[in-house]
Amino acid sequence: MTFIPKPKLHHPDLQKNALGYTRRDYEGPVSTLCAGCGHDSISAAIVRACFELDIAPHRVAKLSGIGCSSKTPTYFLGASHGFNSVHGRMPSVATGANLANKELIYLGVSGDGDSASIGLGQFAHAMRRGVNMVYIVENNGVYGLTKGQFSATSDKGAKSKRGLINSDEPIDLVGMALQLGATFVARSFSGDKAQLVPLIEAALKHQGAAFIDCISPCVAFNNHEGSTKSFDYVREHNAALNTLDFISGRSEITVDYAPGTLETVTQHDGSVLQLRKLHTSYDVNDRVAAMTYMQQRAAEGEIVTGLLYVDPNPRDHHAHLNTVDRPLNELTEDVLVPGARALERINAGLR
Amino acid sequence: MQPTDISDPDYFHKVVDCQWACPAHTPVPEYIRLIADGRYADAFMINWKSNVFPGILGRTCDRPCEPACRRGRVEDEPVAICRLKRVAADFKGDVSDRMPPKPTARNGKKIAIIGAGPASLTVARDLAPLGYHLVVFDSEAKAGGFIRSQIPAFRLPESVIDEEIGYITDLGPEMRLGQRIDSLKAILAEDYDAVFVGTGAPRGRDLPIPGREEAAANIHIGIDWLSSVSFGHITKIGKRVIVLGGGNTAMDCCRSARRLGGDDVKVIVRSAFEEMKASPWEKEDAMGEDIPILNMLVPIAFVHESGKLVGMTFDKVKAEYDARGRRKLVSTGEEPVFHPCDDVLVAVGQENAFPWIERDIGLTFDDRWDMPVVDENTFQSTHKRVFFGGDAAFGPKNIIWAVSHGHQAAISIHKLCQGDDVAVRPPPGVTIVSQKMGIHEWSYDNNVSLDLRFKVPHRDKFAALADIKAEVELGFDLKQAFAEAQRCLNCDVQTVFDDKLCIECDACVDICPVDSISFTGNGAEVELRTHLSAPATNLTQSLYISQDLKTGRVMAKDEDVCLHCGLCAERCPTGAWDMQRFLIDVAQAESACCK
Repeated sequence: MTFIPKPKLHHPDLQKNALGYTRRDYEGPVSTLCAGCGHDSISAAIVRACFELDIAPHRVAKLSGIGCSSKTPTYFLGASHGFNSVHGRMPSVATGANLANKELIYLGVSGDGDSASIGLGQFAHAMRRGVNMVYIVENNGVYGLTKGQFSATSDKGAKSKRGLINSDEPIDLVGMALQLGATFVARSFSGDKAQLVPLIEAALKHQGAAFIDCISPCVAFNNHEGSTKSFDYVREHNAALNTLDFISGRSEITVDYAPGTLETVTQHDGSVLQLRKLHTSYDVNDRVAAMTYMQQRAAEGEIVTGLLYVDPNPRDHHAHLNTVDRPLNELTEDVLVPGARALERINAGLR
Repeated sequence: MQPTDISDPDYFHKVVDCQWACPAHTPVPEYIRLIADGRYADAFMINWKSNVFPGILGRTCDRPCEPACRRGRVEDEPVAICRLKRVAADFKGDVSDRMPPKPTARNGKKIAIIGAGPASLTVARDLAPLGYHLVVFDSEAKAGGFIRSQIPAFRLPESVIDEEIGYITDLGPEMRLGQRIDSLKAILAEDYDAVFVGTGAPRGRDLPIPGREEAAANIHIGIDWLSSVSFGHITKIGKRVIVLGGGNTAMDCCRSARRLGGDDVKVIVRSAFEEMKASPWEKEDAMGEDIPILNMLVPIAFVHESGKLVGMTFDKVKAEYDARGRRKLVSTGEEPVFHPCDDVLVAVGQENAFPWIERDIGLTFDDRWDMPVVDENTFQSTHKRVFFGGDAAFGPKNIIWAVSHGHQAAISIHKLCQGDDVAVRPPPGVTIVSQKMGIHEWSYDNNVSLDLRFKVPHRDKFAALADIKAEVELGFDLKQAFAEAQRCLNCDVQTVFDDKLCIECDACVDICPVDSISFTGNGAEVELRTHLSAPATNLTQSLYISQDLKTGRVMAKDEDVCLHCGLCAERCPTGAWDMQRFLIDVAQAESACCK
């Protein structure tokens, strides 16, 4: 564990975003996770994404459950709202918070234990309800805090650090998210920020349930030979579908791509995703095809990464429930208490 | 780019910007850590070994280390390196038992050292412990050369000079003071095995403009006037004084004049304020004593009435640049400016003078400047037994350069006397040691202080101006010294990368507070410099490039603004990064001092 704070001194040419903040302003205190933890790279990717999107830190609520992954919200966005909930219950808290105030950006950070074991039901319902949030699972396939037992996402046949072979089938969170109606589904790798940062940016812009399964090697307990979530294994078996090169509005297209390889997705809020397709036949808007493709590649032992599915016109929980437009805390007494005459009218309608 | 060869001592030496910039290559961060640790005598001895005059330089050095200091690139100001050196000297206590002993046996070689300034005394110090019979000549009654005659006592008390020269004379050189040498030929005819010439640049440049001769009684050559003040021959000056010149001598002249009765002292300079040769802090101190500096004024004439100086006229000029970018001062065409005065001090430069060196002894002088031809590495002249150093070698510089010349000349003289090839220079001593003490514990304080540079307290201005011997700077107290020492970034504790251990987890990239580290495809340096986590625009600073890693990328570190905080190594899961203290000891003659 690092005991000193990260020095406040920064590079003299450090850039500022449209809000006048530097990237360093989006950081939190120094991580207490093991040195080299993949989760810290994901935190750094979140910091970069929020900086690049000019997000005002006080408009973000970061939520988490229990576990190594769920500790990480402390280490980024130090000036944002945060809620560290009960084990596996982050989705409920996020759903409630989102219902109360739809104007904040909800960023849920969870792990494979928190979301695929104790919180599996919570995860499923947040997806199927379409809660407008970014749900990141920092997936290391192991219970790091309790010294390396297999988790529910460990692959069958994977070897633990102690030499045991996992005999259980893994839970595929990406497959579940697709099946349960998440409107933005991606998988990435903590060791590939070039892919991860734009995916987080696109997810933050997505107005619906956006799920990112991010493989994040546990350097202490799951980075050995025989592991299927180690740096080496993931790099070897990574089958990237596409590269989200940029979100337009921020930069120009500077590279020429072969015809048919550039795909543009315009999201509901007007943000435009530019995808460089590495598999030309893959259709990022086809949920059923996506599920099939995932299964096929998994059977081949490949880990498919990139943006897997996106619905450009998602409907979220609020749309389903037809809620009031304004956040609940802004509703004043005259709106909340319509008065005796209105009550009478309602009663009359029920007679 | 090719992978960086960190076994080349120059690579990490360059990262220690202060030490690299210092002509004597004093291991600055090493002694600053010792100061923070309260080990003032140890800090002093490191300085003594390297730069010979810690107390003197801690007050007067030109500080090439400070503009080079990395701290100045990440915040407003560099570490007050020079004044910390003084702290070591001020608080060291008695160090006499740490000095090398006076040699008991002679080695049979006899060396003449002409002049007793900093270069000569450095030669004497380096060679004395080796048993040389050294004979030091100087025309003055006390050793020290320009250190004693030129630097006013309010900047450098005589007691400090006496003490530090004493450490050298205690080593037993034969001091023939008050004896001017008029013929190098005569010296060479004696039984000396080698001769070192450290006679400085003793002639102050004059200003031959109209009125110079008529008003001569009130016009003084700056360096001669300063030495007369220093030796007590001059104790007062007129109320209105003009100092001509923009160098440090001019600053010493004007501040001395303020203390000897000058109420209205001004410095008048041909060039612009920024172009003046004086160190910024010397200009600041002069202005702090109510001395205005007037720029872009070229002297026309000394104005006198019946043989008495009454003032000077100046032509107002502006700078114009020709096609080759060379600056020319051209008149603005305005009326000449008149400044009344009672005395003028001329401090417009110094020159070398070697009237005592015969031109028929096989020692070549160049035609252009009439300076001896001296090798820049060995300091040997074309006469193989004669060596030059300090201002005598390449014209006026400063004390720290003189010391550096002295060390090199001593090596050459020693080699000559041993019958070795003078051109083959001894390599530096290099040690590099991991500073890891525990999982996240280092043997240096890696927590970067956010304090801004501390100011050295000054004596009350009224009291300072009343007494020319009252030292103006009071030096840091121990509390300030500790806090200032903590500002040092420990640039000698190097980030050492082992590509075989790296798993490319990005932890170092994420934690680095100054975005120094990148993992990227390799390429040509020009291109690579634009691709990094932060563009590496400071071309004077190296890129540290690893061998190819597993993914085919390389680790590229821009050394420019690295804080040496060690967080890359703390967050590295495999120990691919390590913090290792790099100590480079530039060779001296047998390193006879402080073995």
